[in-house]
Amino acid sequence: MDIHEYQAKKILSSFGVKIPRGGIAYSPENAENKAREIGGSKWVVKAQIHSGARGKAGGVIFCNSALEVAQATDTLLGKKLVTNQTGPEGKIVNRVYIEEATEIRKELYLGLVFDRSSECIMVVASTEGGMSVEEISQEKPDSIIRSKIEAAVGMQKFQAREIAFGLGIKPELISRTEEAIIGCYRAFSELDAIMVEVNPLVISEQEQILALDCKMSFDNNALFRRNQISELRDKTQENVNEVYASDRGLNYVSLDGNIGNIINGAGLAMASMDMIKLAGGEPANFLDVGGGATPEKIVKAFKLILMDKKVKVILVNIFAGINRCDWVAEGIIQALQKIDINMPLVIRLAGTNVEKGNKILKESKINYIEATTLADAANKAVKALKDLTK
Amino acid sequence: MAILIDEKTKIIVQGFTGKIGSFHAGEMIKYGSNIVGGVTPGKGGQTHLGLPVFNTVKEAVKNTGASASVLFVPPAFAADSAMEAADAGIKICVAITDGIPSHDMIKIKRYMRRYSKSEKMTLIGPNCAGVISPGKALLGIMPGHIYKEGNVGIIGRSGTLGYEAAQQLKDLGIGISTSVGIGGDPINGSSFKDIIEIFEKDKNTEIILMIGEIGGPQEVAAGQFAKENMSKPVVAYIAGLTAPKGRVMGHAGAIVSAFGESAVEKVQLLEECGVIIAKNPSIMGDTVMQVLNGKRN
Repeated sequence: MDIHEYQAKKILSSFGVKIPRGGIAYSPENAENKAREIGGSKWVVKAQIHSGARGKAGGVIFCNSALEVAQATDTLLGKKLVTNQTGPEGKIVNRVYIEEATEIRKELYLGLVFDRSSECIMVVASTEGGMSVEEISQEKPDSIIRSKIEAAVGMQKFQAREIAFGLGIKPELISRTEEAIIGCYRAFSELDAIMVEVNPLVISEQEQILALDCKMSFDNNALFRRNQISELRDKTQENVNEVYASDRGLNYVSLDGNIGNIINGAGLAMASMDMIKLAGGEPANFLDVGGGATPEKIVKAFKLILMDKKVKVILVNIFAGINRCDWVAEGIIQALQKIDINMPLVIRLAGTNVEKGNKILKESKINYIEATTLADAANKAVKALKDLTK
Repeated sequence: MAILIDEKTKIIVQGFTGKIGSFHAGEMIKYGSNIVGGVTPGKGGQTHLGLPVFNTVKEAVKNTGASASVLFVPPAFAADSAMEAADAGIKICVAITDGIPSHDMIKIKRYMRRYSKSEKMTLIGPNCAGVISPGKALLGIMPGHIYKEGNVGIIGRSGTLGYEAAQQLKDLGIGISTSVGIGGDPINGSSFKDIIEIFEKDKNTEIILMIGEIGGPQEVAAGQFAKENMSKPVVAYIAGLTAPKGRVMGHAGAIVSAFGESAVEKVQLLEECGVIIAKNPSIMGDTVMQVLNGKRN
């Protein structure tokens, strides 16, 4: 789960990381008041969407008066911001963050992730803040410092100090930098984060070490014990169909193609999408209804697929194990009695009682194309699509 | 011969009296697994499915001599149960539970480092279908009848895609020595490499089918291990050709976040290691058969 910049900064601040003064605003008037409250004479108005690279997309506006803050807020609120991370549909700005402008001396990069090879927490730092970590690793690979932290023991002061010296921080500022790094580490490890990225971490002209921007992502599997984090979820930043799916216990990812698919199991779902692609088609989605493929889940899955107007053909591929094909077939028939899909439907059943399952489907009145193997299912779905456009 | 489990392996079920634990314990018993009891804290002394229930894994091990466990404990308590199994002297633990936090998995693995190699538990999963040695024992949730007894070792992340492979092999008349589901989580108990290493030593395994997917370094690490250390052929299929970068595809671990983690890159890196690639999931069985025929001719 992702959260907004201002939420991430508030968390960092609670772990002792310094951030510029700021406040959230939902209207121009609100923003103007916030600017006055913060004080000073220069502010930044930052669109709060779940994406980086907001500056390049016009989502960060520098202001020299409280009136300008109000105007900038007016420009941003309600706007859909398209960045290189949001996809072409963009993300809506429902709130802005007003922050005192910082005089920057030096921009640094600091990121924390799980390293899957060593199964440690990996801290990545660089002197080249402001660029994305991909850009840094391509253009300035030598500037990257990596430090593996054993999670059970936690980050030691010397590890933070090594990173700070590695970043070329002058001795007077080492302990402040150390505090910032350890604060980020604690936020990561104590809140079940899977990613904390401070980019840039800056040295200000006043010699403060400040988190100027921050992205945080949390382990969905740990949200049951992180109520304060779960509350930060902003569904307006997620794909509507994906929210619908996750609220109903379905694993769904929206894609660009037009063959909708309903599969049980994540691996089989990816494999079926691969087959569609190899057969010359494009999947409209990834959808895992769970290993069990219960009738309730299948009904929900059809409803979900039909919400996507790009879908022209539906492919159902269920490998029934403990749940049997005859039972899955009954579930599909029940679903189709409730929902009119009005487009070609390819069904491939496999596994336990497959003959019985196919017989039940055939004897029902549903209109569908039967498929036997994975390849057969994908080929028939692509052919059905081509027949539509003939 | 098979790896990890056989018909003699004494098994206990952790989370025995719960709905899911009870159902799958029943299925495992039907398959012929040697289930000797179970653990549900607070229900010790009761009998469930005709078998004794214990409060702790230590008591269960002491009274039954169990060396294997299968875990159906809810995510919030699963890490604790896995560590309890490790400390009680269980040798192989299969964690079926889906949804264990990554931070907890790191904790379990760090905890297990206190044991010497000979005393250390092998953890399989979590978020997996388990282990089956066809005709001998089932320690998991797979539908047993689609697995024919034979000489192919299977390792995969996904449950149903593993079933697909087993069915394809069965349709071709090819059997399996053991099939191991290592699960879809980013941090798991045993990696692809850990399991192929065991298959290499197993006399009854002639060939290994590795069913991988996008995300993480494990498939390629196994390929490199195979290149340097193995005599047996390894066939692999990698799912997720159409998966967009940076999105989680159902399994928490199925996300492309670095170079070498996409399906195309993994396939290329595996080919460089001499692993034989099944180009699509519909021909996993055929590819294994071709290699077997080539080998036998």
